Amino acid sequence: MDDPLRLGTHEFSSRFILGSGKYSLKLIRAAVENAGAQMITLALRRANPGGAENILDYIPEGVAILPNTSGARNADEAVRIARFARALGCGDFIKIEVIRDSKYLLPDNGETVKATAALAEEGFTVMPYMYPDLNAARDLVSAGAACVMPLASPIGSNMGLQARDFIRILIDEIDLPVIVDAGIGRPSQACEAMEMGAAAVMANTAIATAGDIPAMATAFRKAIEAGRAAYLSGLGRVLPGGASASSPLTGFLGGVEGAEND
Amino acid sequence: MIRADGQGHMEYARGMEAIGSGIMDAVLAAAGAQDFSAFSEDDARRALGGRELSADGFAALLSPAAAPLLEQMAARARAETRARFGNSVSLFTPLYISNYCENGCVYCGFSRDRRIARARLDPAGIEREMLSISASGLEEILILTGESRRMSDLGYIEGACAAARRHFRVVGVEVYPMDSADYARLQACGADFVTVFQETYDTGSYGRLHPAGRKRSFPYRFNAQERALLGGMRGVGFGALLGLADFRRDAFATGLHARLIQRKYPHAEISFSCPRLRPIGGGAAFVPFELGEAELLQVICAYRLFMPFANITISSREGARFRDNAAGIAATKISAGVDVGIGRRGAAPEPAGDGQFEIADGRSVGEICAMLSARGLQPVMSEHLYV
Repeated sequence: MDDPLRLGTHEFSSRFILGSGKYSLKLIRAAVENAGAQMITLALRRANPGGAENILDYIPEGVAILPNTSGARNADEAVRIARFARALGCGDFIKIEVIRDSKYLLPDNGETVKATAALAEEGFTVMPYMYPDLNAARDLVSAGAACVMPLASPIGSNMGLQARDFIRILIDEIDLPVIVDAGIGRPSQACEAMEMGAAAVMANTAIATAGDIPAMATAFRKAIEAGRAAYLSGLGRVLPGGASASSPLTGFLGGVEGAEND
Repeated sequence: MIRADGQGHMEYARGMEAIGSGIMDAVLAAAGAQDFSAFSEDDARRALGGRELSADGFAALLSPAAAPLLEQMAARARAETRARFGNSVSLFTPLYISNYCENGCVYCGFSRDRRIARARLDPAGIEREMLSISASGLEEILILTGESRRMSDLGYIEGACAAARRHFRVVGVEVYPMDSADYARLQACGADFVTVFQETYDTGSYGRLHPAGRKRSFPYRFNAQERALLGGMRGVGFGALLGLADFRRDAFATGLHARLIQRKYPHAEISFSCPRLRPIGGGAAFVPFELGEAELLQVICAYRLFMPFANITISSREGARFRDNAAGIAATKISAGVDVGIGRRGAAPEPAGDGQFEIADGRSVGEICAMLSARGLQPVMSEHLYV
């Protein structure tokens, strides 16, 4: 089935975006291959072109690099980091992370919108990480984002879809791909996000902190594929009250007036 | 002026910037009120089982009653560390550029009263040292001086920061406390992280241990991190020199100090150092309140659980066995290729200066990297981009 994920002018068959932070560089290749990922994030603050242990050397050929602006505390810093990424030859993708809270690492939607507008104007394919807020998501669409990336729960928490209802609103109302980012802790949660209609899932800590990193990458791939297939198939009905009433409430329609009193 | 007669250490000296922060009073009041002997093991167990540690819970984990729970504390600390930082551990090295000091700290190897070889690197010497460090693969450097504003004035430190910016991606400073405008100048030169050890938060001990020099002003030192953030620094580091006074109270005050700064400046990156007082060169050992490795680990784990997102640095004052294991539990930064003397790395032509204290772990960058890899940890050379 032809079901590409479209981001700007790019198309991907995989809907699993893999994080590269938090685990050993030597495991990146196995994780990418098992995940079937075609896109992997890269923290510019970790990239070390020309130096020892450069993460860029460990990313397999043909996998799109999604540099992020982690470390940026405002739009201006995010823009400068993005330009640095482009100068390094990382391409035009940029994942905007603007965080001015060192405890919870929650994104600053206002600054993210500003950075998105500036970088979209410069021709970047902008993928903004955000707190799931409908107004901010609409502003990101207007600013030229290629998708929106709402958090499921605080980054690194593995707490799953705590923001489920708000992500659902974004999926219903935003025409761009909604990529669930941050907080997904288990393959089942990734599957649920995809069933809801998320366009893709990004995960890092859940895999990085697994006992067997490559095996967990496989588990996530399968879960995301299953969730996508379920969404495309149209989920079977779930009746709120449990079963169908044996005497239909609307069975009286079409009957004869007064007959019920007979 | 600050007097050397046991008084005056709670005042500012003339010309010192006073920012009017209430954090010092809050920390001193809370630390003074804690009775660490009053906690039971159940108190510590409750604190360990909670979602977020309160200040009282933090105190409970620092108390003697928590000692039997050290294994559980370490397990939870490791889980928190891995969730926040994955298996990454950052490497850096300190570069001491001058050991001249105007202070008379009783316990310190750089104290003005100590007969040690004094040295101050000139720009060429700084360049040589930095080239030597850079060749080892490191990308983060911490520039240190003794606290002499005459022999290491602001312009001199600015020059060192600008040089470091050319060779390294992450530049921090651990120098004498200064005004926010001075921190802004260092930030503009390329340094963006400031570490200041309060040494002890016990104001009485502080007064006795710091008989002379600008360091004698407790409040000016206390508010250094806040002035650094006001000057535009990205982050700030905290540390009590454990062993100078009651280590539990000092660790508690350190944690609370950092916590209140983070509450007021949520963007600030926070870091803890956990130095134990070490024997020094040029004088007798001076460790009034000795603590063992188990107690040091208890402090480190309590820091991690109180502020799970903070960086924790394990000093080369500790031996390899302790540092290696601490890196597997709670530490996120570790120094490598350490030399605490002046000009001893780059084969400088001028005589080298003596070190501040004796290090216990002199392993090279390669050795530290190999150790981390063998433990399944990922050595990381740069965790920040200066923009």
